[in-house]
Amino acid sequence: MIAPVKELQTYLETFSDFERVAVGHDQPWLRNLRAEAFARFCQVGLPTTRDEDWRFTNISAIAQTQFRLAAKTTVAKDSLAGLRFTEAACQLVFVNGHFAPELSSLDKVQKGVTVNGLAKEIAAKSAHVENHLGRYLNIQRDAFCALNTAFAEDGAFVHVRRGAAVEHPIYLLFVSTPTDAPSMNHPRNLFVVEEESQVAIVEDYVSLGDTAGSLCNTATELVAKDGAIVSHYMIEREDKQSFNISTLRIEQGRNANVASHSVLLGGGIVRNNVHPVLAGEGTECLINGLFVGNGKQHLDNYMLVEHAKPHCSSRQFYNGILDDSAHGVFHGRIIVHKDAQKTDAKQTNRNLLLSDNAQIDTKPQLEIYADDVKCTHGATIGQIEENALFYLRSRGIDETSARKLLLMAFAGECLDRMREDSVRSSIEKLLNGLHFSSGAASNLAPDGGRNWQEVG
Amino acid sequence: MSLLEIKDLHVTVGGHEILKGINLTVNPGEVHSIMGPNGSGKSTLAQVLARRESYEVTSGEILFEGKDLLAMKAEDAACEGVFMAFQYPVEIPGISNAYFMRSAVNALRKYHSQDEMDAMDFIPLYREKMKLLDMDEKFTNRSVNEGFSGGEKKRNEILQMALLEPKLAILDETDSGLDIDALRIVAKGVNAMRNPKRAMIVVTHYQRLLNYIVPDFVHVLVNGRIVRSGGKELALELEEKGYGWIEKAEPVSA
Repeated sequence: MIAPVKELQTYLETFSDFERVAVGHDQPWLRNLRAEAFARFCQVGLPTTRDEDWRFTNISAIAQTQFRLAAKTTVAKDSLAGLRFTEAACQLVFVNGHFAPELSSLDKVQKGVTVNGLAKEIAAKSAHVENHLGRYLNIQRDAFCALNTAFAEDGAFVHVRRGAAVEHPIYLLFVSTPTDAPSMNHPRNLFVVEEESQVAIVEDYVSLGDTAGSLCNTATELVAKDGAIVSHYMIEREDKQSFNISTLRIEQGRNANVASHSVLLGGGIVRNNVHPVLAGEGTECLINGLFVGNGKQHLDNYMLVEHAKPHCSSRQFYNGILDDSAHGVFHGRIIVHKDAQKTDAKQTNRNLLLSDNAQIDTKPQLEIYADDVKCTHGATIGQIEENALFYLRSRGIDETSARKLLLMAFAGECLDRMREDSVRSSIEKLLNGLHFSSGAASNLAPDGGRNWQEVG
Repeated sequence: MSLLEIKDLHVTVGGHEILKGINLTVNPGEVHSIMGPNGSGKSTLAQVLARRESYEVTSGEILFEGKDLLAMKAEDAACEGVFMAFQYPVEIPGISNAYFMRSAVNALRKYHSQDEMDAMDFIPLYREKMKLLDMDEKFTNRSVNEGFSGGEKKRNEILQMALLEPKLAILDETDSGLDIDALRIVAKGVNAMRNPKRAMIVVTHYQRLLNYIVPDFVHVLVNGRIVRSGGKELALELEEKGYGWIEKAEPVSA
């Protein structure tokens, strides 16, 4: 599992240059955190398919690349016009992981909320950063989290004061720009939502131009304290030849209610880790996901839901639509710890394969150490139903539109779970803009045949 | 010109010949009933008219207003004015009835170079037609046919027909599974749409529906051929005697 020497040498050089000058290099706790994380990364090495958690995702293309940190740069404001969610009032833009205040609009930030670039908070020696950064993410086992932590410097920082209800979603746009040599960036986000407060945060990852071969390795720590209500959105729509690894680590206090929505549309090799720890009694967690791939995209959804306390409920719903030779992965792991009695955990993964070459690997993994729990899981794989398609066509709707209607209906199951209307409609627009190449030759469930195959 | 002309139609499904030379002419304003025992090919004929592609036409032709219907895709036939009420309407989770029907109405309008309707224009029209079929407005936002009772599904078919205003409506066993109240409502909806320009083909196994939707012509389909044609009294004769006496009869041309 050790990365080849040549690549490791590049990481080592990059890291020693970085740690000398990075924001916060003069703060011992952060310097130590970075050094420890980098050492851990070197020990663990990038995973291979021999690692059970990476069985279905071959990242040798990442392991064999000598990435350099993406240069700090900026982009023209106009170039982002078509990419932004126009409805969002509070927008922060990050270019290659660095906060770009000149592209952001923070004027509508509500009282009780702090929204800033992480580097600025580090420089200002924010107590929240020192208290929370690196406290939740698992850098011991996960090489990408270790790598992100080693290079943790900038990203988004959001703090919501106790009892504050943030009216409009906070929108974070992460822009990758083209570089001459393979580059990497490691956005690091920290969201601290205090007791009884409410907020919605959108992370949106886009490419501005051709970013083929570059790596965006992002990590987010989201702390939802007792009674907090949080919606989190992760949207991946980067260049289809780029690599995106993302980890969302959620720490949920007592009676906190967190909804995590992942929408994977772009990227070549994409891995989205969602890791909530239900660390207080009576918490609720919704993990909702939609992945839509075509071409040769590889979209891997890895869930690790840890029930640590009694009376918590978690719901995982993931829908996948795969066309051409796209490969999807749903790996849903649920761990119910010994004390987590009365756990109610549910997991559902539904997949539509639009072509014969599209592939899905779906794997539930339940580890239950308590004796009074309810855990269910189910997965289905199917095709567009010929019956439904004919029904729509027999009413005058052309085949392409009919197909799209059926796909939107399938994706709609995920959209319906999104609480924030403005975000949901923006995502719906993104989906409407997608093109599916599979025409008449694509997979159809035979008339009267069994359409959905139960798996797992 | 006839609205529909079926000439010596032969159709194969999965290697079996189901229709073995159908001839039928339908003029505007006429209501034809196709009756026959199970497996005689009634539904196959309906599906072929609606242009379902899994049915292979081996010979013969179908002219709709003089145009080659067999060259049309399902959506084009629909836009030209052919409508089939399904025997088993399909449930489509995630698409609301109103959205589905507005998409369909707009597909037809677009085909005929008319402006598309927005939701504001469409919903009043939709509600008006719903009243005709005693349908609750709650159906508007429910998914297409999802969780509908048998009667609700059939009423929804006729509602679609009322919105799309076809030139030729084919009712495929619309009476099956309906109680007498639902049957009356469906028949009322269908009768309200009878006019001198619109033709209907009512496919049924039983005579019961024909008490409410009175046909001008009755054709008996047995083993892939029309073996007898007549007026509405033929249906009564069939009701009385069953299909046995007619099954050995020679094919006729309608």
